[in-house]
Amino acid sequence: MTVLLILVILVLVTISIWQLTKIFELSQPSIKDESQIANDKDNDFQGKLMFAFLGFIYILTIFSFWKWGDVILPVAASEHGSNFDSLMWGTFALIFFVQTVTQALVHYFSYKYRGEKTKKAFFYADNDRLEAIWTFIPMVTLAVLIFFGLYTWTEIMTIEENDEALVVELYAQQFNWKARYAGEDGVLGNANVRFLQDFDGKNLVGIDVTDPNGFDDVVTTELHLPVGREVIFKMRSQDVIHSAFMPHFRAQMNCVPGMITEFAFTPVITTDEMRQKPEIIEKVKKINKIREENSKELIANGEEPLDPYVFDYLLLCNKICGASHYNMQMKIVVETPEEYQNWINQQQNFSQVITN
Amino acid sequence: MSAIGKSHEEEHGHHHHKETFITKYIFSQDHKMISKQYLVTGLFMAIIGIAMSLLFRLQLAWPEKSFGIFDAVLGKWAPDGVMDPNVYLALVTIHGTIMVFFVLTAGLSGTFSNLLIPLQIGARDMASGFLNMIAYWLFFLSSIIMIASLFVESGPAAAGWTVYPPLSALPQAQPGSGLGMTLWLVSMAVFIASSLLGSLNYIVTVINLRTEGMSMSRLPLTVWAFFITAVIGVVSFPVLLSASLLLIMDRSFGTSFFLSDIFIQGEVLHYQGGSPVLYEHLFWFLGHPEVYIILLPALGITSEIISTNARKPIFGYRAMVASILAIAFLSTIVWGHHMFITGMNPFLGSVFTFTTLLIAIPSAVKAFNYITTLWKGNLQLNPAMLFSIGLVSTFISGGLTGIILGDSTLDINVHDTYFVVAHFHLVMGISALYGLFAGVYHWFPKMYGRMMNKNLGYLHFWVTAIGAYAIFFPMHFIGMAGLPRRYYSNTAFPYFDDIADINVFITISALITGLAQLVFLYNFIHSMFYGKETEQNPWKSNTLEWTSQIKHIHGNWPGKIPHVYRWAYDYSKPGQDKDFVPQNIPLKKGEEELQH
Repeated sequence: MTVLLILVILVLVTISIWQLTKIFELSQPSIKDESQIANDKDNDFQGKLMFAFLGFIYILTIFSFWKWGDVILPVAASEHGSNFDSLMWGTFALIFFVQTVTQALVHYFSYKYRGEKTKKAFFYADNDRLEAIWTFIPMVTLAVLIFFGLYTWTEIMTIEENDEALVVELYAQQFNWKARYAGEDGVLGNANVRFLQDFDGKNLVGIDVTDPNGFDDVVTTELHLPVGREVIFKMRSQDVIHSAFMPHFRAQMNCVPGMITEFAFTPVITTDEMRQKPEIIEKVKKINKIREENSKELIANGEEPLDPYVFDYLLLCNKICGASHYNMQMKIVVETPEEYQNWINQQQNFSQVITN
Repeated sequence: MSAIGKSHEEEHGHHHHKETFITKYIFSQDHKMISKQYLVTGLFMAIIGIAMSLLFRLQLAWPEKSFGIFDAVLGKWAPDGVMDPNVYLALVTIHGTIMVFFVLTAGLSGTFSNLLIPLQIGARDMASGFLNMIAYWLFFLSSIIMIASLFVESGPAAAGWTVYPPLSALPQAQPGSGLGMTLWLVSMAVFIASSLLGSLNYIVTVINLRTEGMSMSRLPLTVWAFFITAVIGVVSFPVLLSASLLLIMDRSFGTSFFLSDIFIQGEVLHYQGGSPVLYEHLFWFLGHPEVYIILLPALGITSEIISTNARKPIFGYRAMVASILAIAFLSTIVWGHHMFITGMNPFLGSVFTFTTLLIAIPSAVKAFNYITTLWKGNLQLNPAMLFSIGLVSTFISGGLTGIILGDSTLDINVHDTYFVVAHFHLVMGISALYGLFAGVYHWFPKMYGRMMNKNLGYLHFWVTAIGAYAIFFPMHFIGMAGLPRRYYSNTAFPYFDDIADINVFITISALITGLAQLVFLYNFIHSMFYGKETEQNPWKSNTLEWTSQIKHIHGNWPGKIPHVYRWAYDYSKPGQDKDFVPQNIPLKKGEEELQH
């Protein structure tokens, strides 16, 4: 890391020296052309640079995809994830096409039509047909995008309460998450922040004891989900706005104090299955190599090395919420229905917690 | 050089006999002086804003490392030279606030609306010089308050530039929500007053003070852009003022407009029945039009500069005006796309997706019209022209990713990630900054009577252009990987270890690009005093400002105000001797005015 720092500083120093000399040199009065208006020589050189810049944009694009292409859009692990991904890649393909063509036009024209004293520009002020074409084409393209977008959106966001679905409350506070499962009755008991101080603070999410539905509720600090079953999330926050972001499931919803927000998805890949996917194995290997490198430096400084990384699904906070916003997370475990049942049976429900 | 300075001083007495130093340079009511005041204040704020971004970029690339510069600049907020997370949040908050409002709203629009509206429409000054002066001084005052907030004990506002309550409303939630936040709100309230006074003045001036012959359909596109920008400002800024006032009420007087059911630091608060989502609606009702308040002046400036330097009429003048109007109208009905996943009814999300994606149509029309204007031109690649072409490029690159963010479905996974940061920095931050730079290079002779050094301008452009893409293109990848914005570091998630090198790449690019801005500053200040003196019309432009006197006088034209006989874009018109025909030249016998 220090080597890198020194390199950076060296680069910066070189550049500043170069720039300083350039400034010095350029601020000297030159005999030739003092007008400060671009002449043919400038136009020629700058025009060529413009064309070269097109190459730079393309190379930067290719370089970025080659070097970092593997980090984007992790494997989708929810049922709607594949629809989401096809819409994303479709939109991406379109954007790339337009970007490649229009950038080429902008920079090629800047090069091709670079000015010369003897030339005259083509007086061309208007063409209704051309303008109609490039109003119409984006219109049709966007109509298609809007259609698919809204279709998928409605599909994802239409949440119907049903007996099959698992209802889970995600509860946010500075700076951690809790999950509340509805228990045997399948109904979450009423809750409010006013009840948080009941039972010496054991009432972690403020369940209302006057509501009998609440006693079998289970509050946990890990989110376990059975694979293949729809999960309806009810989201609450006790202090500021947080956002429950689960990138692998293409799922996100804000948690807003004073209201209950909703999101639903069906996980389709268990954590264990995910760890076996070649992309994930590759990623974990890459990350562990980086962590080993970083550990070497830590050991040299007499500090503890980093733990090796194992893949897990993530729940992150994605709405600025204070100092530890960057570390507000919860582990998500997707497992078989049997494993899930075992796990939930081991948890204490609300009546057990308050009587203990 | 000194001789020039002297003659300037001597003549000073003749033209402005009653003016003292204070009325000329400080409490000036002359639009040209006020425009320079906006520019200098804006540039000063830009230095602070950009320097802040470099500080937090260091933290992002080398998280929790000790830097001497942190120790020096942040003092107790960086114990042992390691940046504190609260300070990180404060830095991103103030960086955003300063760049959006103080640099790209007041600095850009304030400077060029003031300079160009009277000069290009043929008016002696703004409709009300006095209000114009007040507007600047309110802006100055709000800048002072914002800067003062950096020095309070608990630190400046740190809830993000959008300052969503409850985080911004509760001092218990974070240190930055104490006095720093109060100052932020007061500063914004003053800023909005300034912006409204300015905008009303621009609107009245454009409507009433056009010279004879300057019909609306002959207005240069710059003036169209400034005019419509002012209209959007008047429509939307008051809503932010009300949001700020309500937030002040919640913070200081115990009301519950935005707060309900809150338990914090072991205490149940009394707030009942308010909703943070209401604040989000009010904020974004300004917040989104604000994007266009920033962008439209930049687009107006580039339209003018591209046409002048291509020696060609702007292609599709009517379509350009129509798309400004369409963008302005649509901009006021798309705010909900910032709120797809806030718990707002999903059906509203559908409506906002629809209106949002519609904005792509007038934007595409503008982009294609720029490209066609370049086609078969005789491009004079001055620094201003390079920045204008650069704007077209970043406007396209940044605008296209808006199609992803504006789509409520796709927004689910990229909302509030670095993808958003990359998108809006390219399409609005960098594009508008390019507009600002282009404007300064182009109208510097009009403002200071001298030319800026072109070679330094070229150097500035190329380092900035390469740097801007090197910073923001890779940033999309971090966002697509799922890393949220406003994270002090990504070290809490081993999952993100493989993007650490992208952050290093970005920070190095940012440091180099930041450094390149010093070239501009040097060029700006040096040219102000020692630049080559300008000729009357250095860029051979058609618009009226180049017919006004080089040395500034009150009233702009010593004699009569010129009349206007044609539109502003008769470049390389067949049948003319020169490749430009200024607006004040009457039509030749038999010459037809273009039906535009």
